[in-house]
Amino acid sequence: MSEQLQSDFDKLVKTSKFSNEETRFKKNFLNNFIKKGFPNRKQEDWKFLDISQIIKKSISDLSFFNDYSQSNKIDPSIFVKDFEHNKIIFINGRIEKIDFNFEDQNKIEIIDETKKDISFDYENSLIDLNSAFTDKVFKILIKKDYSLKKPLIIYHSINDKIKSTNINLRLDFELGENSCLKLIDYFTYNTAKNFINIFYNFNLEKDSILKNYKIDKFINNNLKYSFNNIEQDNNSISETFILSAGSDYFKNEINCNLNGEYSSAFINGIFSLKKNQQHEIRTTINHLVENTKSYQLIKSVLGKNSKSAYQGRIFVNSKAQKTDGYQLSKAILLDETSEFNAKPELEIYADDVKCSHGSASGSLDENSIFYLMSRGLNYQQSKELLINGFLMDVVEKITDVEIKNLITNIIGLKQ
Amino acid sequence: MDTREKDIEKLKDYKYGFTTDIENIKAPKGLNEDVIKFISNIKKEPQWMLDFRLKAYERLKLLKEPNWQKPKYPKIDYQDLYYYSAPKSMKDKPKSLDELDPKLLETYKKLGIPLQEQARLNGIAVDAVFDSVSVATTFKGELTKHGIIFCSMSEAIQKHPDLVKKYLGTVIPVTDHFFATLNSAVFTDGSFVYIPEGVKCPMELSTYFRINASETGQFERTLIIADKGSYVSYLEGCTAPMRDENQLHAANVELIALDDAEIKYSTVQNWYPGDENGKGGIYNFVTKRGLCKGNNSKISWTQVETGSAITWKYPSCILKGDNSIGEFYSIAITNNHQKADTGTKMIHLGKNTKSKIISKGISAGFSDMTYRGLVDINSKAKNSSNYTQCDSLLMGNKCGAHTVPYIKNKNFDSNIAHEATTSKISEAQLHYCQQRGLNPEEAVGLIVNGFCKEVLQQLPMEFAVEAQKLVGISLEGSVG
Repeated sequence: MSEQLQSDFDKLVKTSKFSNEETRFKKNFLNNFIKKGFPNRKQEDWKFLDISQIIKKSISDLSFFNDYSQSNKIDPSIFVKDFEHNKIIFINGRIEKIDFNFEDQNKIEIIDETKKDISFDYENSLIDLNSAFTDKVFKILIKKDYSLKKPLIIYHSINDKIKSTNINLRLDFELGENSCLKLIDYFTYNTAKNFINIFYNFNLEKDSILKNYKIDKFINNNLKYSFNNIEQDNNSISETFILSAGSDYFKNEINCNLNGEYSSAFINGIFSLKKNQQHEIRTTINHLVENTKSYQLIKSVLGKNSKSAYQGRIFVNSKAQKTDGYQLSKAILLDETSEFNAKPELEIYADDVKCSHGSASGSLDENSIFYLMSRGLNYQQSKELLINGFLMDVVEKITDVEIKNLITNIIGLKQ
Repeated sequence: MDTREKDIEKLKDYKYGFTTDIENIKAPKGLNEDVIKFISNIKKEPQWMLDFRLKAYERLKLLKEPNWQKPKYPKIDYQDLYYYSAPKSMKDKPKSLDELDPKLLETYKKLGIPLQEQARLNGIAVDAVFDSVSVATTFKGELTKHGIIFCSMSEAIQKHPDLVKKYLGTVIPVTDHFFATLNSAVFTDGSFVYIPEGVKCPMELSTYFRINASETGQFERTLIIADKGSYVSYLEGCTAPMRDENQLHAANVELIALDDAEIKYSTVQNWYPGDENGKGGIYNFVTKRGLCKGNNSKISWTQVETGSAITWKYPSCILKGDNSIGEFYSIAITNNHQKADTGTKMIHLGKNTKSKIISKGISAGFSDMTYRGLVDINSKAKNSSNYTQCDSLLMGNKCGAHTVPYIKNKNFDSNIAHEATTSKISEAQLHYCQQRGLNPEEAVGLIVNGFCKEVLQQLPMEFAVEAQKLVGISLEGSVG
């Protein structure tokens, strides 16, 4: 694999307009990745779903080079209809369009971070891979006291011109004081087998609010890894919702540092898996100062041969008194071949805290099915109604009404 | 002074910190084939036993010490330890208790285990392990009447080789992890229990472990077999003298329950925890595993962990038989610089298997306490269920409490429920108690005892009283 990486990297450098310094940075990341390789089950974070095995099994011709000098045609049929929104469109890992038509252009700034060292300190070789092969890194800055009027949708799409089987993309966001951003990640339909590696870095200043919704609904053969790093200052709020249903493999990882007092983080997730799908959510919430709060709710519905994993970690620093941390994961196993794994972890060094977690898994409650059938529904309908209610519980946590309705429709839930 | 205060006065410093001046026979320092042969030879073991040890030693050479655990410790020099230490007078084993070295008897009296009289009154059969060898077993006659075998491991190897051969290493194979394999290679003694078919053991069986000599590791091995339809309750207690250096204790305990059998295994572990600056103390790296081999069998672990500089153990149940039950009740208390990484594993293989985990962790001072557990329901384990509850209590902001459960459900008929909370003693509770005339320490003692009640209830009567006292004493000076 290292020869392939090396030659693809040389091609990338040749076709792109990286500065010498940039190339030097990227070269470092490449060497790090070559040294470490893909993560495997020997690493604690990858214990349940071993990505190196999964990639080996499903992508035989792994290659990394994408020509960022060629632009792609945008297919408007992928856009979400009857929903006003701003757009960022990625095709084959290249940013084709950034469109903030609904907003005050003076309040949003798009900064090319080329000159900056984009290194990021995190034990994860996939971040190295991302940093080595990603195109230019842009930072989207929302200025002080500005709330976006409409949500921003980031479209992740791939067309048939793609050459490689790996896509890396990265975006940085900075939310100024008292600003607000609603961000939807939308994964469109495609059949190609690719490994997509996404890295977002959020910096939330005082009193800012971030709402991030990741929607992976349409069945596709992609393997995806998404990593969100969120830094939060005083009084800021981050809300993340993950719908994990479409891809063959999808791991969502969230690292959230609550650096400011009274900051809070909410993570809600749904796994709705069918045939042979393997999905995972891994969260790390670091409570670093006093009076911070986090809340996590993850629910799984698992069909034939599917597998979901939830690894949640709450870390409480010795300074972080009055922390409130909560994790709950629930799973319904629909078939004898489905599997649910969980590792809800608490690491606590302060005494005046309220931290708890719960995890429950099992089959659909026969008594409830009996109750519904005795009232005239057939077995299938009863089952669907129960699952609907089970998942609706998570969707109800979405604080934005418009987006809640959109997501309810996309999943096909009844209110 | 009321009685409680007296108790505390008496026990404030580690009560069992004395050493006994007894001449010892030691194997040469270090770990090699010769030492293993020396141990095997001095115990007059048959060839198959020596082969078992050497096989483990071969395997050990390939293994590395695990390093995933939370409490880190300085590297142990395995060549700088004595692997065998026995009181000299034991060379020709006494035939009865009357022939025992009086100094040994004195030691056990200090420990509160008078081997002769009180044991008889309490009706508990005791097997005492001093450093590496079992020194005395009481109540033999009574037990033999029921066909129960309760003796030291070495004696069992001599007298019941077929049973030992059949079961030894079946639950913890020689190919297991580093410390278990080390134990298989160099284990010196321990207890052996066999309960024949249909027999309910009429009394509690009990073993007291004591490390006396310095620079020795204690490697004992316990094997308990409950044949069809039998029942046994087994108690284990541990102490060691105060020493500045760290001592290693790596025991293996194997339990096997056949059809309809039940084993109840209780531990009160009070090894020397080191002084308040974290100097010295025992490294307690123990492998305990029970196999519910037969249908309808049951294994229940209860542990009260208050001692040791580092505790690192996971008493586990493999629920192989259909309808078998595994239980784990634990209180772990860490104070000063103690560290504990403890929990359980419940492996569900058979149909309709059930398991229950109740774990209570209390940390104070500069200590660190981790619950680490695994619940694994196999795809064939239809209609199984597990319930886990682990609560932690923190006292002060210099200590840590962690929960790391692994949950694997591969069966859609089965249910797993897990709950965990971490909190401190609430001001309201303290206030309430103090208002009614308790001083802050008594109030904390009362609340902690209430917190631990679910586990303390599981202990046999005699142990429960001792454990309750221990809980109070271990937390001495941690309030305020």
